[in-house]
This record gives sequence, C-alpha cells and structure tokens, in this order.
Amino acid sequence: MRDPLSKKITQIEPSGIRKFFDIVSEMKDAISLGVGEPDFDTPWHIREEGIYSLERGRTFYTSNAGLKELKREIALYLDRRFHLQYDYEYEIIMTVGGSEAIDAAFRAMLDAGDEVLLPQPCFVSYEPCVVLADGVPVRIELKEENQFKLTKQQILDAVTEKTKLLLLSYPNNPTGAVMSKEDLEEIAEVVIENDLYVISDEIYSELTYCGNHVSIASLPGMKERTIVINGFSKSYAMTGWRLGYACGPRRMMEQIFKIHQFAIMCAPTTSQYAAIEAVRNGDEDVHKMRMAYNQRRNFIMKAFREMGLQCFEPFGAFYVFPSIKEFGMTSEEFANRLLQEEKVAVVPGTAFGACGEGYLRISYAYSIDDLKVALGRLQDFIERLRREQ
Amino acid sequence: MEKQILDAISKNSRFSTEDLAAMLAVDEETIRKKIQEMEEDNVICGYPTLINWDETDCEKVTALIEVKVTPQRDMGFNKVAERIYRFDEVESVYLMSGGFDLTVIIEGKSMKEVARFVSEKLSTLESVNSTATYFVLKKYKEHGLIMTKDKNEQERMLITP
Repeated sequence: MRDPLSKKITQIEPSGIRKFFDIVSEMKDAISLGVGEPDFDTPWHIREEGIYSLERGRTFYTSNAGLKELKREIALYLDRRFHLQYDYEYEIIMTVGGSEAIDAAFRAMLDAGDEVLLPQPCFVSYEPCVVLADGVPVRIELKEENQFKLTKQQILDAVTEKTKLLLLSYPNNPTGAVMSKEDLEEIAEVVIENDLYVISDEIYSELTYCGNHVSIASLPGMKERTIVINGFSKSYAMTGWRLGYACGPRRMMEQIFKIHQFAIMCAPTTSQYAAIEAVRNGDEDVHKMRMAYNQRRNFIMKAFREMGLQCFEPFGAFYVFPSIKEFGMTSEEFANRLLQEEKVAVVPGTAFGACGEGYLRISYAYSIDDLKVALGRLQDFIERLRREQ
Repeated sequence: MEKQILDAISKNSRFSTEDLAAMLAVDEETIRKKIQEMEEDNVICGYPTLINWDETDCEKVTALIEVKVTPQRDMGFNKVAERIYRFDEVESVYLMSGGFDLTVIIEGKSMKEVARFVSEKLSTLESVNSTATYFVLKKYKEHGLIMTKDKNEQERMLITP
C-alpha cells in the first residue's frame, strides 16, 4: 500500500508544547503558569452583542473579507491607536484568529526556496507555516543581552539573495520583549536596503507597559512592505471567538483574499458582530486589563528578584522569560522536575525554538492570589536546587 | 497611584501593603502612607466583607425604602438624613433625584422587624412625609461581585501556546 501521507507534513515536528500539555493534563491539582491566553472573560457587553446577533438570526456567512462595518471600525482603530492607515475596503481581511492570517500571509508571499528570517524564540506556528508554504525558515537567535530584540546586524548576518521575508513578532510571545520606534527604524532601514518584506504579528499590541506599541508598518516606506497581523484574542480576551485580521497593501491582500476565500470562506459571523462592539466601545476594558497585567508583571518581577532568579524585564504581552542557566539543567528537565516536585506547570523555553534553551516561559495571565501560591512553590523548588548544588 | 490602590482594594481589601507595593512597583512605606492618608481623608471609610447571608443559617431581610421628606430650613436634607442613618438597622442612605428624596436600605432579622422600624421609627419622624417599602427577594450582585454560586470549574486549558 502506498503511504497516504505527504512527506512535507510528516516531516514537521508536532508542537513541543503539546507534549508538555499531555504530561500536565495527567497531573491532578497542578497549578499552571503555562497558558498563552488571558484569564479574563470576554467583557460582558461584547458577549452580549454576540448573543444578540444570534437572537437576531445572524447565522449566515458574511462576505469573504468580513463585515464592512467591522472593517471600517478596525481601520479607524488602527489609525487612532497606531497611526496605521488602511483602506477598509481593500486592505483589511477578517480571519479565523491571527493564526489563519499568519498562514495565509506566508502562502501568499512565498515561492519554493524563498527564505524567511525567523527570529527565535517565537510563537510555535511560524516555522511550520513557512515550511507548509514551501519557504525555508532561517532562524535568528535573539539574545537576552539585547532584551530579546532583533538587531540590524543579526539581519545582515542572516540575509542572502534568497531572503524574501522577515517575520517580526513584538510584543513577543514567549519573551515579553518589545521594540521601540528607534529599534524598529534600524530594522526598517535594512529591510528596505535588502528589498525584503515583513510579516508583523502584532497580536499583543495592546499589552505594552512602557509606552504605546509602535507598528513597523507606520514607519516611512514600510506600509508597502508589510503585512500587519492583529486580532481580538489578547486585547479583548476573545481567544475562543477566533477572530483576527490581516492588513496590507491592496496588491498583497488580493492574494491573501484568494487563499482565505477558498480555504476558509469567512471568519465566524457571531464573532464579527461581537467584535464591532469590542472595537467601538472596548477601550476601557483594554485599559483595565492592561493595568491588571502590569500589576501582575510588577508582582512577579519582584518575586524573581527576591528569589534571585535572573530575568530580563519584559515590557509587553503577559509573559516573563527567566533564565535557569545557573541550575545546570535543560529547560525541559527543569520544567519536568518543577511539575513533579511542586506541581507547578511552566513551559520550557525550547518549545519556542532551540535557542530558548536555558529559559522558561511563565505566564502572568493569572490572579495575584494564584501567582502567589505558584511563586511560593517555585521559590521552594529553587532553594532546594541551590542546596543540592 | 491612589486610583490604582483604590481599584485594587475595592475588589479585594485583603491585599497586604506588601502585595500592593509589589503590584505597583513602589516600596511598602509609600503604600502605607498613601493608605493612611486616604483613611484620614475619609476616602477609605472602612473594610467591610461582602457576605452572602442567603448561604448561611442567619435570617436576614433587606428592604429598600423610598422616602419623601420635607427639607429643613438651613439644613436641607442633611439633618433628616442624619436622623435616619443614625439607626443601626439602616445599611445605606442616599439622597436621590426624581420622584422621591431618600433611598433607605435597611436590614432586619424578619419582615416584622423591618415593618416595625418603618412604622414606628421612620414614618413617625416629623420631616418624613411618606414611605414606600420594597423587600429584596434575592441578591444577584453587590459591590460589583456576583453573589450567585459560580458552578463553572476552571475550563481554560492548562498549557497553550
């Protein structure tokens, strides 16, 4: 019998997070600091709008690119928040979460053999999506001494004639790193010099704790080279609604549109109606959640300082990325022992790329009370390790 | 920072100064001082606990009373409001706009006790012209907190990318 499977897909490793998820799921009463989604419920006025749309029988498809009213609101929002100007009719497409937008953007822009610069550690989907689009991922190792920012030199070192795309993802999952306008200006300069394009995943753009997020697409000459990906999951605590969007120059969006049209049809209708309410009247909710995350971030950073755990201070998303190099074990060993001995689940840094070795991703999308208990256990664990050494 | 402290303790007054200091990235002394100032300025008036008495064996009845009063010369509504809020049974008193003047929320052990309070204490006050009493049948939410038991267990997955 012939092998029914494609070599392309069988050669892709399953997500490292998945493996760890299975172990954690077996453990009863484990406390997790491992989630990559908000702990808040979607604000009620947004949920209520979703319920209302169902009551009104709005259970049909929307047009492929999404509800016009929603896209218009998003265009206004992007301008208001990040000084990004997009024509809502031709330059914004509503997608099934940011994830679909990532996949479609790679597929729309890559030919076989095109190289994609992939700064790591990063979100788990990028590399497989590049491979599925026949692109060649070229990893760039982000460094703690650079606060996990991408530098101009790192691009120059990695770029070849085949390099076509740069994937940017700030505020970053898993490191929590952000890049300022000045940082991005340097990147934009090399991108333009080398005639590259950028896919900029800005899903955490509302969660920054020292100044407003800057989109690379807002820099001169960059809009025409950038696909911006954003969505409702993190900013409005709407992960389960699966609603994101991609924006970019019309010529690129036309091709993304085709992929979306044939593969997906349209983003969930209920979610789109709820999202109109979110983007219109949700600023205060976003502000409140941002404040809460920032308090937790402060809380966790102080706890790390007190236990002497080395960690660069992140200013975005809801993750911290402490170094565990002093303990002389791999991230996976550390995470496994922490889970077995103290029943605290964290994600080994290696789940986000090999260069995440020596780090852990710890999420602070938890209440202060939960964090307190988990951090207490982490401290006990660390002290025990230090005594062992 | 005052606003952030107040937002935090309005939801959970059991945050310690240590917790608050860590959350707001300042030292404990600063928090202690700010809280003391706000207590002295009557910004923070107390630290009561939100109790769902329905879940206990204690009998409690809550009533909301609309009161129409005659304001007094020079004193306006304050004097008569004080005459009312001094009673221990009275939980809250608000001066209202609209068709009546004061909302009085009272708590008693039984409907009888509440009725006695209204008829013997409240209505007999000279400035009180009329009262309308409404008994609370069930409390769903108070102080921004939902009182009904949330049976939902934690459904969020333990690990996600």
